[in-house]
Amino acid sequence: MTPDTESMRARAAILARLRAAPPVAAPASPDVAAGLAADGAGSGDAAVADFAACARGWRAEVIETTPTRWPAVLRDLAVARGLRSVLAGRDTELAARLPEALGARLRWYDEPLAAFKPRLFDAIDAGITTVRGGVVETGSLVLWPDVREPRTLSLVPPLHIAVLCASTLHPTLYRMMVRERWADGLPTNALLVTGPSKTADIQRLLVYGAHGPKQLVIVLVRDDRDGTGVPA
Amino acid sequence: METDTHVYLFATCVVDLFSPQSGLDAVEVLEALGVTVAFPRDQTCCGQPAYTTGFADDARRVAAAQLDLFPQPWPIVVPSGSCGGMLRHHWPRLFADDPQRLAQAEALAARTVEFCDFVDTRLAASQVADTTPVRLALHTSCTARRELATHLAGRRLLAKLPGVELLEPEHEAECCGFGGTFAIKHPEISAAMTEDKLDALQASGCAQFVSADCGCLLNLNGALERRPTTLRGLHIASFLRSRLATRGAEQRR
Amino acid sequence: MSGDRQPRPQDFKVQSRAALADPALRASFRSAMDFLVDKRAAQFPDIGAYERLRSLGTRIREHALAKLPELLERLEQNLTALGVQVHWAETPSDANRIFLDIAARHGAQAMVKGKSMVSEEIELNREMAAHGIDCVETDMGEYILQLDGDRPSHIIMPAIHKTKADVSRIFAEKIPGSAHTEDVDELIAIGRRALRERFRDAPIGVTGANFLVAETGSLVLVENEGNGRLCTSVPEVHVAITGIEKVIERLEHLPPLYTLLTRSATGQAVTTYLNIVTGPRRAGEKDGPREVHLILLDNGRTQAWRDQRFRATLQCIRCGACMNHCPVYTRVGGLSYGTTYPGPIGAIVSPHLLGLDATRDLPTASSLCGACGEVCPVGIPIPELLMRLRGAARRRPAPERKPLRDEGAARSRAETLVWTAWALLYSRARLYRWFSWWATRLRRLTPAWQGGWTRGRVPLRPAPRSLRELLAQRRR
Repeated sequence: MTPDTESMRARAAILARLRAAPPVAAPASPDVAAGLAADGAGSGDAAVADFAACARGWRAEVIETTPTRWPAVLRDLAVARGLRSVLAGRDTELAARLPEALGARLRWYDEPLAAFKPRLFDAIDAGITTVRGGVVETGSLVLWPDVREPRTLSLVPPLHIAVLCASTLHPTLYRMMVRERWADGLPTNALLVTGPSKTADIQRLLVYGAHGPKQLVIVLVRDDRDGTGVPA
Repeated sequence: METDTHVYLFATCVVDLFSPQSGLDAVEVLEALGVTVAFPRDQTCCGQPAYTTGFADDARRVAAAQLDLFPQPWPIVVPSGSCGGMLRHHWPRLFADDPQRLAQAEALAARTVEFCDFVDTRLAASQVADTTPVRLALHTSCTARRELATHLAGRRLLAKLPGVELLEPEHEAECCGFGGTFAIKHPEISAAMTEDKLDALQASGCAQFVSADCGCLLNLNGALERRPTTLRGLHIASFLRSRLATRGAEQRR
Repeated sequence: MSGDRQPRPQDFKVQSRAALADPALRASFRSAMDFLVDKRAAQFPDIGAYERLRSLGTRIREHALAKLPELLERLEQNLTALGVQVHWAETPSDANRIFLDIAARHGAQAMVKGKSMVSEEIELNREMAAHGIDCVETDMGEYILQLDGDRPSHIIMPAIHKTKADVSRIFAEKIPGSAHTEDVDELIAIGRRALRERFRDAPIGVTGANFLVAETGSLVLVENEGNGRLCTSVPEVHVAITGIEKVIERLEHLPPLYTLLTRSATGQAVTTYLNIVTGPRRAGEKDGPREVHLILLDNGRTQAWRDQRFRATLQCIRCGACMNHCPVYTRVGGLSYGTTYPGPIGAIVSPHLLGLDATRDLPTASSLCGACGEVCPVGIPIPELLMRLRGAARRRPAPERKPLRDEGAARSRAETLVWTAWALLYSRARLYRWFSWWATRLRRLTPAWQGGWTRGRVPLRPAPRSLRELLAQRRR
């Protein structure tokens, strides 16, 4: 038998066994909203402060800035850390101002991974990405990598710089996925990222920088305040 | 204050054969609270040993023999927590396929009260005669804790006794290693759990410890007798009897 | 316990005795479990909120299991529409054949693997190695164990039985060019470096899946290290393997289960990564696997499912809280069980995977203290299931009921006789009174040796008079 017919045989056998059991009435669909804790706020200064405190608790660095000043913050960060090569995706909301912020440090992620792998793994100091939204309850970032920003951009370089707009905060992951109707269409890879990668596999001792980024810097753009202009 | 004037005592097989003094003391404490205690003499066992070992049919046979022994609508007081849990939670399961016995089992389950729970709701401070200071630990059986919250009733009860200082040993909520036939099928694991429990009790500095579960007490005291210590566990009814003005206490004086 | 002889469930008693006799191992498990217990407790400060969340999680899992055949078909449809290849496997060898076939089609000599208990269940590494394929564990704990030829002792913290010094020795011996160090940051850095080129070069990434979402056709992975993301992002081919029970109906069912999982497992409100994979690389994307495969494994799960009394076994989300809170697991450690899944959950899952004969000592290795059931975030009544398995191992299979695998395997004439006699004695009041009268009179004849009981205790001896006699005297 070929592997495919073998799999079809197994499928039929498994489903037949499941169907042979006496049927039981399915319980009503669970009411998720009722079982979760009441939401906190998803916007406002208190929510931003909660988000930042929580993210810092997970060892993310959070730098608050404004829609006009974030490129300068990025430049200062690159200088302070001595970054030589910072990778970013073209055509994002950030892209237009990245050359101004990063100058000769800037590298664009515009080749397929297979060709780019050697440099991605060995010659990039940081990856910079946009963020779809933040989750206040846990201090988490929601990333939806796409054709412009590949998933390895926030994964392989040792430093991940995420530019988050305060206007995109949501109280909880559940609220966010319901409000944005995620179930109607997910990207190939949706991610919730909370702090840098870590492990406690040796004697329960916590170490940051396991296989993913060793550091996470969140540039938090306060686009939610009056009089500070349009979202970055 | 509750006002039952009569209760049944379901003493359990362990109390009957191995720890009758605990049962006698329970009767005296209950009488000191002003209730009349009925002891149906045909009672034997709740069926738990067979039930937890995987012999549900044998357990059912034994439980069924108890169902007709408590005809009056009185509370059924059980001086051993895990047996109380058996009556309350597992008898109805045992008779799930037998409507008539199920109805009986459910009615009995609703009337089943663990000893500490019963005494706690009725004990008045004026009934306490002996207030000698004593450092005590309370050991609660796991099923009694999880099925009947007996540890809370036990703590409330002890808090009403002047002079009692209640200590909390390390890992207080952890199992003592008894577990019925577990102690026989996996003696080394059971012994390791028991030894740890005794170490924690001894380290707490208690002068004695009390429990409302005779299975645990048999296990712990059985292992303590192998240790160079005078520490022993006492049924909480016996401890209470020693602190209250009871008929037996007066007679002994 | 590293070395050639792998622990087996048949040898539970021998293995647990050896573990009990190792004070260093016992101390290390005790402190690790206390640590995890405290961390979990800190995550659920409000009992009312916890109970609401737990009952929601329970309902989500019950609901998904009630609709399992329907959800599996829906999942398959949605995955296929996305371009994911769905494979079905009844047994571990079915699953391994699928892996070999995929590897052969890509000419792959190596795979990188994220943490997956189901891959342990099918012994993927060993099977691949037998066919010349190097399947590299990339979770730090699993990597350490693989280098040492050892097995996981905990489903969440696999190398919990290893010390810094052990890891230092293993790395120095097995990773060329690594300096000897006992600094944990340096040890992790060594592991990171060693695995990085494997991630870069491996043609196939293997993972498990914590959840499968039927409505969106998504595979969900929960992790902290980033190795799971690397396995699902860098290689050209991603193969996920998991049990058929992992499916949930809707995406919105994920957040409550995720938070129950992370808080119960390691006492974290959230992990570093929640990775939701929905299909292979799409047009225009620069990375991500071009092929995604999902292998759905049965291996005894349909047996647990088809019997209502055992179905709750499959509600498990593999958090490990039951083992962290288990007084038996805490003392004997995970390797003693000799199964992929140790502890209380292992004792109720393994009989379906391996049969009741090989696993006969696992359901009895519990004092039924109930700690496991109390902390289970999805409400599995573990103590009850243990009792039912004890019964199933001891009853004669009845023709009208579909038996469990090896049902009745632990049945012994002696034990059956003891309980029949016991039931006779305790269900006949007059017989019992006669017995107790003699037992109290003949108490001095009680044997001094009483099997396991007297191993650590003085013999049980009846009192001089039974309670019923004392009460009768008192009334007189």
